[in-house]
Amino acid sequence: MATYDFVFDRIGLNGWCEGGGESAAGPMSMSDLLAQAAGEDPSSRTSIWELPFPSLDALHNACAAFPQSRELTKGLENGFLAVKDTLKIGLDPLTQPLSWALQSALYVFQTTPWWIMIPLMLAVVLVVSRSWRLVGFVAFCVMLLAFIDHYDHAMQTLAIIFVCAFICVLLGVPIGIAMSRSNAMQRSAIPVLDMLQTLPPFVYLIPLIFLFSVTEPKLYGIAIILYAIVPVIRLTDLGIRLVDKEVIEASDAFGMTDHQKLFGVQIPLALPNIMAGVNQTIMMSLAMVVIASLVSAPGLGVLVLRGIRNLELGVGLVAGLGIVLLAVILDRVTKAALARVNAAHKY
Amino acid sequence: MTRDVKVSIRELYKIFGGAPQDALTHVRAGMGKTELLERHGHVLGLSDINVDIRAGEVTVIMGLSGSGKSTLIRHLNRLIEPTAGQILVDGEDVMTYGEAQLRQLRRERMSMVFQKFALLPHRSVLENAGMALAVRGICREEFEGEANRWLDRVGLSGYGSQYPHQLSGGMQQRVGIARALTSNSEIMLMDEAFSALDPLIRTDMQDLLLELQRELQKTVIFITHDLDESLKLADHLVILKDGRVVQQGEPQEILLHPNDPYIVDFISDINRARVLRVRSVMKKTSATPGEYAGEVDHDDNLESVIACSQGDIGLCYRVMCEGQQVGVLDMKDLVRALVPTRAADDGLRAKATA
Repeated sequence: MATYDFVFDRIGLNGWCEGGGESAAGPMSMSDLLAQAAGEDPSSRTSIWELPFPSLDALHNACAAFPQSRELTKGLENGFLAVKDTLKIGLDPLTQPLSWALQSALYVFQTTPWWIMIPLMLAVVLVVSRSWRLVGFVAFCVMLLAFIDHYDHAMQTLAIIFVCAFICVLLGVPIGIAMSRSNAMQRSAIPVLDMLQTLPPFVYLIPLIFLFSVTEPKLYGIAIILYAIVPVIRLTDLGIRLVDKEVIEASDAFGMTDHQKLFGVQIPLALPNIMAGVNQTIMMSLAMVVIASLVSAPGLGVLVLRGIRNLELGVGLVAGLGIVLLAVILDRVTKAALARVNAAHKY
Repeated sequence: MTRDVKVSIRELYKIFGGAPQDALTHVRAGMGKTELLERHGHVLGLSDINVDIRAGEVTVIMGLSGSGKSTLIRHLNRLIEPTAGQILVDGEDVMTYGEAQLRQLRRERMSMVFQKFALLPHRSVLENAGMALAVRGICREEFEGEANRWLDRVGLSGYGSQYPHQLSGGMQQRVGIARALTSNSEIMLMDEAFSALDPLIRTDMQDLLLELQRELQKTVIFITHDLDESLKLADHLVILKDGRVVQQGEPQEILLHPNDPYIVDFISDINRARVLRVRSVMKKTSATPGEYAGEVDHDDNLESVIACSQGDIGLCYRVMCEGQQVGVLDMKDLVRALVPTRAADDGLRAKATA
């Protein structure tokens, strides 16, 4: 009947095929039907040029006991649904603080009046960058956003980035340190990091939607953290591995403990790289926070989404430009902080 | 004058590779470095090293790159673990030390100076100098005095608040030396400490080391690839080649009686007049010669005697040590000693004495 019949004939599995083949009487494909009507056996017209790859579906045609490929995706889905409840028992309380943090950050950023919030932000910019020019630029951008009534959305976006980037650093730096100390750890972590970095951002959301309800902030919080944590881990690991071997040897020769070496030598010397990682992490959280608006993350992303959904060109474009402004602000401020760290590390 | 042995290296082997213990049996059976690498894929780093390092002396370990000298010095504080052998410091085997004892050894009994300085770039000069004390948990106020004292001693008064990158290479290495001195350890390991400096600064630093050494009488183990430097500094010279000790002893002794063609090559183009000292070429006698042109000190180098004699080889000098005559120096002996050993093999020197 099908191309690969002969394989199962040859190895004598016909009995098994028919035994498991309740779907052998399943729907007949149109091509099979046409072939039957024309009175020819489908296998007889198969030339070598039309030989299908022996995939699950092709083998299924020959032997009904063979699973189809849609059963693979279905199995995955069922498997996930089966472990979901058990997974939730562990994950729910573990991630609950993330929800609380996001909710309270959103609350604080939104309820603080603008005439406190904006000066406070400018003060922070001044402290980390020590540059009045940058403070002026940030003031201009924020006022512009506020003037076109995007202040609230921008603050929501900032609140989410603030929490997520903070947690990324909190988790990423120790992971990076662990990777730098053990080659085995590095070898096992790198494929995971590669996967996190290359998985399309939308794909993160799929299992998360199954796990958490869409109304919970932690749903998008986890998605953002998973996506944005990679650079800070990588660059912490790299930074510590790049610390001058001679300096490390000197620390050993003068009898430093591992603890003294880590906090007195390795982390301070890796700081420029770690800061570069933090900068990247913040930029990636910003990218993800827009996508996360699909799963109810508030902020400028919601307006972009509205622009797409309702074909409101102006709304979408203005919100997009607002995101660009935020990105530029965050990038310049963290870069200025990085430059200050670098200046202290001239050698 | 024989001093106590401070550090003793006994039958030390180091083999780099996957299964060093198996390779060790081959090496003990007499396999050479090249053969070991070709047949077993292991690199012989050090082979059967036996060196006694005496307290208060400068022991120089000299060899070309790849001779294992840096590997050897790192065994003394176990920055590198040996494949086999013993390292005795004050009679105790360092190899039996646990982690805490080893840390105590590194903190209090041995300090190290590095070729590329290895200062902490994010700490000030003062904090770098006090690093050994800070590591012991002593707070800044307490180590400041000690660190400043040694910074002054190495000629860096007033630089305490600067950062290493603001100093020149020579000054950075002075900080490195101050750091080692501040730890107040009896043993100082110096790994090609002056090799990265330019020649003039290097001479300065060698003089500084000799001056400090006269004053402090530390046990210094100094690694170098520079023969002139080793002859200038060494009380005891160990020459390494391919991970083996080729010859060790008093530098003058090695110069006059090299026991290996490798060393003959090595010493053939040095300025012997500057390196050799009167005591090594004089005849030992307390009898005053009948006629003598003057007195020279036993520690003078030959160059200064030649200058003193104005090139007249017919002269004869009394050799004095602390006001007493210890020998007689005939200018003819002096001139003969200037001829490198290779020439002696050709029989020139034999003819001259005949």
